[in-house]
Amino acid sequence: MGIRFILMVNKQGQTRLAQYYEWLTLEERRALEGEIVRKCLARNEQQCSFVEHRNYKIVYRRYASLFFLVGVDNEENELAILEFIHLLVETMDRHFGNVCELDIMFHLEKAHFMLEEMVMNGSVVETSKANILSPIQLMEKAS
Amino acid sequence: MSMHGMRGLSVFISEIRNCQNKEQERLRIDKELGNVRNRFKNEKGLTPYEKKKYVWKMLYIYMLGYDVDFGHMETVSLISAPKYPEKQVGYIVTSCLLNENHDFLRLAINTVRNDIIGRNETFQCLALTMVGNIGGREFAESLAPDVQKLLLSSSCRPLVRKKAALCLLRLYRKNPDIVNVDGWADRMAQLLDERDLGVLTSSMSLLVALVSNNHEVYWSCLPKCVKILERLARNQDVPQEYTYYGIPSPWLQVKTMRALQYFPTIEDPNTRRTLFEVLQRILMGTDVVKNVNKNNASHAVLFEALALVMHLDAEKEMMSQCVALLGKFIAVREPNIRYLGLENMTRMLMVTDVQEIIKRHQAQIITSLKDPDVSIRRRALDLLYGMCDVTNAKDIVEELLQYLSSADFTMREELSLKAAILAEKFAPDLSWYVDVILQLIDKAGDFISDDIWFRVVQFVTNNDDLQPYAAAKVKEYLDKSAVHETMVKVSAYILGEYSHLLARRPGCSPKEIFSLLHEKLPTVSTTTIPILLSAYAKILMHTQPPDQELQSQIWSIFNKYESCIDAEIQQRAVEYLALCQRGAALMDILAEMPKFPERKSSLIKRTEYSEGDTAEQSAIKLRAQQQTSNALVVTDQHPANGATSPVPVGQLSLVKVPSMMTTENDTSTDHPLSQQNGALSNVDPQPPSADLLSDILGPLAIEGPPGATVQSEHNAVSGLEGGSDAADGSAIVPVDEQTNTVQPIGNIAERFHALCLKDSGVLYEDPYIQIGIKAEWRGHHGRLVLFLGNKNTAPLVSVQAIILPPAHLKVELSLVPDTIPPRAQVQCPLEVVNLRPSRDMAVLDFSYKFGTNMVNVKLRLPATLNKFLQPIQVPAEEFFSQWRSLSGPPLKLQEVIRGIRPMPLPEMANLLNSFRIMNCPGLDPNPNNLVASTTFYSESRPAMLCLVRIETDPADRTQLRMTLASGDPTLTFELKEFIKEQLISIPTAPQSPAPPAAQPTPQIPPNDPAAILAGLLS
Repeated sequence: MGIRFILMVNKQGQTRLAQYYEWLTLEERRALEGEIVRKCLARNEQQCSFVEHRNYKIVYRRYASLFFLVGVDNEENELAILEFIHLLVETMDRHFGNVCELDIMFHLEKAHFMLEEMVMNGSVVETSKANILSPIQLMEKAS
Repeated sequence: MSMHGMRGLSVFISEIRNCQNKEQERLRIDKELGNVRNRFKNEKGLTPYEKKKYVWKMLYIYMLGYDVDFGHMETVSLISAPKYPEKQVGYIVTSCLLNENHDFLRLAINTVRNDIIGRNETFQCLALTMVGNIGGREFAESLAPDVQKLLLSSSCRPLVRKKAALCLLRLYRKNPDIVNVDGWADRMAQLLDERDLGVLTSSMSLLVALVSNNHEVYWSCLPKCVKILERLARNQDVPQEYTYYGIPSPWLQVKTMRALQYFPTIEDPNTRRTLFEVLQRILMGTDVVKNVNKNNASHAVLFEALALVMHLDAEKEMMSQCVALLGKFIAVREPNIRYLGLENMTRMLMVTDVQEIIKRHQAQIITSLKDPDVSIRRRALDLLYGMCDVTNAKDIVEELLQYLSSADFTMREELSLKAAILAEKFAPDLSWYVDVILQLIDKAGDFISDDIWFRVVQFVTNNDDLQPYAAAKVKEYLDKSAVHETMVKVSAYILGEYSHLLARRPGCSPKEIFSLLHEKLPTVSTTTIPILLSAYAKILMHTQPPDQELQSQIWSIFNKYESCIDAEIQQRAVEYLALCQRGAALMDILAEMPKFPERKSSLIKRTEYSEGDTAEQSAIKLRAQQQTSNALVVTDQHPANGATSPVPVGQLSLVKVPSMMTTENDTSTDHPLSQQNGALSNVDPQPPSADLLSDILGPLAIEGPPGATVQSEHNAVSGLEGGSDAADGSAIVPVDEQTNTVQPIGNIAERFHALCLKDSGVLYEDPYIQIGIKAEWRGHHGRLVLFLGNKNTAPLVSVQAIILPPAHLKVELSLVPDTIPPRAQVQCPLEVVNLRPSRDMAVLDFSYKFGTNMVNVKLRLPATLNKFLQPIQVPAEEFFSQWRSLSGPPLKLQEVIRGIRPMPLPEMANLLNSFRIMNCPGLDPNPNNLVASTTFYSESRPAMLCLVRIETDPADRTQLRMTLASGDPTLTFELKEFIKEQLISIPTAPQSPAPPAAQPTPQIPPNDPAAILAGLLS
């Protein structure tokens, strides 16, 4: 089914955003996030962006203090997911202007709105930044 | 709405952020949860703004990993809010917090449907997204037509339709029937004519899911996909917003090529030609550029194109172009490309003809096996494993072995398993194979499962040329200072059998071999000691002319272990000592093991079993799978019947089983032990017949064909349904044991007692059948598997198994086939649920027919009271307070018990421990007393703590006073009686043997090889 979850975690390992596309209990999530964060954060720049963990492949990318981790199954193309992360970051950049950890933290709802426009049911739904951002812009205009 | 307006939320988030430690965070969150809960309680005063704020707080808290067990209804209720901001929060947070089975979600179906069929497209989007993320089967049934209508509607804008496509995908997964309507495939094909790339992207995901299940219906979509690819990759006909670093939507390109990989082939020559033109362009036209993002995006497309070319099995020229590209990729510096190069090369192995070209890259792949990145190392290992064949096995396996010493812990298990499999599969010669396995044991002994060394033993036994070589090799390893226990096991076996072949070499005299082995004895565990004892006996037998000094040395060891607490060791010591004193007959009895019947490697079987599982090739998973599968359970049996105990089988199988079972009634519980022990029987002085040998070795060949259970399914009768049949059977054939002409092998009562203490072993055996049992106990549940093994070359028919459960157990036996095919083993799972404490026994009423013999036995099942106990160590304060609060009968019972078999206190503590009643040392100040505790699990009540105190009298060890306390009078009584039975009826250790001369005839304890096998099964 493609994308199983998307996590944003800072370099201290604190979760800043978690979106799952399959149901896991809270305990399962906690355990999974702990394991993945431990594995991925220990890696260095010279290592590849893919980590195999349980039945998932984690595709991850680091931006300053923030890690974007996407769990996929073997239905997905790793590099396409890697660039999808970048597309997400560029989209957030366009909205926040040079997005940083605090933007995501204090505007969790907006981060969710954007993600909701981009991924649905574990599949990519939209890749045009203008289309992704138009509902948020409409909302802000209305208020 | 203004998000900046949610000040309370921002303040809360920054307070959490400022928490110094986890404890502070927890306190702050508890406070907030209390606050939100309170506000929700008096919902009346809540403004929509406040509600929204609290719901976001809940989501934030949940994201941090804290349970939020309230407020779900408030969240769902926001869905029906009239205004967009509230509704949006309701939809988004609901899909984060709830799952599809949540009751509140079902209550919202109508509201959701109204939003979907309503006119407000922003509401439509919200509703479609939530259903797409968490909608369940009920949503599928009530919403599918509406969602389909939206997807196909020409008046609907793309922003709604793209969501409808993925929503439909979800509903389809919940109920595939929703798209099984006439004409849906045509509509799907029409959908692919769409110009809007958002709608196309999500429709393509929908198509991938549909064709992956049934490509035949969607043939008409194939040319459309090729057209889309042509539009994107060749004509670059897309709006600017959908190009990414100059590349027309790489995500849609990738998805489209994925969809094409689900069609087995492309028949239409025009479509095929167009597609290959596009693919050729991608293969040739992808250059490495400086910009990382552009590079990644173009390579994403390139790797997908490679996969599609491989799938379509293109012309040779294009294929070798692909291999050349991959060869280039695995050597580049960029780690992502290297990783994917290795991964795709592994995939390519499936294609014939290219293996030879891939082999040219072997050196480069081996370099990747040493890459600093574990992800890349794993890919390299998989690739090497996949490309290994007879021509390169030696090189590859040696590389794996070399890497093993430096490999990180997480990879060692997988690495050693793979090396062992390759060594066996492709060994150019057997001595090399022996070398490899010994090196594996030496370097990674902890990861070498028993079946790996059993296999070496089988090869060595079956190949005379290999024997001196293997013996010399293991001796070299034993000379090293640190030796892994598995090495000790395999060495002891091989040296016991074959060290006499080395006798003339320096350092290999029997005495030297013996002392080499014996110096390892203090370092090994109790499972290895029996193998060492067997080796000593063999060495002694091979020492010609006899060496008096060696003999007395070995005899004194046997002597020492005759009183060992471990029954297996004790038994061997006693028997070997007795056998050694038989002089010439010893030669026969300890003769070399016969050859093993040829059989397929359990390791290779494992790999075959796991084929088709490409999702994860980790050995650990492989093993985990096997453990619950038939395959390994069956292979588990081998060691028991064959390789683990080759020595004892060989040695003891020559002792004819005396017919001492005639009076043995398996349903009697209390055997006067003296009688059992006293019932020593004569050994048939005749040399064993070949028949007997084959009979006893017979079970070795029992290998359940995987389909055995299934094949006979049509004959199967369930245990309960079979009840009347069994009654009929018993009417015709008297079930009285005495009339059975078939004698059981081994002592049924002893087998039962052994199984009370462990979870697997043989429950029953006669010349035709062996019934093994393997159990897992968790709380008040038990899961047993009965292994019914037919030992003969003719089928066993009219097989019936009925469980007669006592009132306190719920027992369910799965189907038992009516016929067991020749030499097959079938497995029958059995579920047990414990309702109440009771010492009553479940009985298995088992019958079958072999030729004209109707055999019926009633066997107690080892689902005894102690199986539902969990040992627990209770701290002193708690023990005493519990002890005091359970003040007297009927919760606390005391009894003076006489006629106890005298035993030292530690032995009694061990005995209790083996029944899962845990000794709590130090609680009772009196050194003659023993205090223990355990918990009892039953369905009717929560886990129940039980406390035991035993006071002994050092002056008279045949009596003691036992006090038992628990919160349930029945439990107290039953457990007290249970322990009492055990203290009275445990088998006594044999008295120190009389001097050999005093015995007129050599005597063998009433045990037989099968009983020993049973012991080894654990």
